[in-house]
Amino acid sequence: MAQNQSEIRYLTPPTVDVKKKKYCRFKKSGIKYIDYKDPEFLKKFLNEQGKILPRRITGTSLKFQRRIAQAVKRARHLALLPYVTDMMK
Amino acid sequence: MNQYETVFILTPVLSDVQMKEAVEKFKAILVEEGAEIINEENWGLKKLAYPIQKKSTGFYQLLEFNADPSTIAKLELNYRRDERVIRFLTFKNEKYAAEYAAKRRNVKSTKKEEA
Repeated sequence: MAQNQSEIRYLTPPTVDVKKKKYCRFKKSGIKYIDYKDPEFLKKFLNEQGKILPRRITGTSLKFQRRIAQAVKRARHLALLPYVTDMMK
Repeated sequence: MNQYETVFILTPVLSDVQMKEAVEKFKAILVEEGAEIINEENWGLKKLAYPIQKKSTGFYQLLEFNADPSTIAKLELNYRRDERVIRFLTFKNEKYAAEYAAKRRNVKSTKKEEA
């Protein structure tokens, strides 16, 4: 077993080129208020199970991450978004 | 005076007339408390994302108003006492929310004029 581990083969070779810089879409487009009434928009910040995606994936700034969380929670309370689900997208 | 926004969901077993009557009741409560209703939106019968009290649909109603903080307690007490209301949410609009709400109202009013 130990021998096998040493020869890891990648299906695709690991990329070495520069990563694209993430940015906060709210700062960029000047959105100040995130509306809880628009579940389709909020779905961009949820994973398939309806969980809120972390900032490290979406690139949202802390300020707007808090507001997204607030909006998503309001939408969930009003049954505009589910609390738990599968295959939302 | 603060600006508030409230949304409540009414049970789908009501007829259209009964639903309107319930909405009028809550508006009357607000007016009685000296609140000024800025905007109201009826979203109609919508499907819920998950069942509430074993119901899968509900009538959504949104109200925006200016009122004193004491009004909210009274309004929410009435929500709790009324069994037609299956879910409600009330919150204070902060600066940007108020701006957004004003913009939304303008869009809505222009659409109405066109139609």
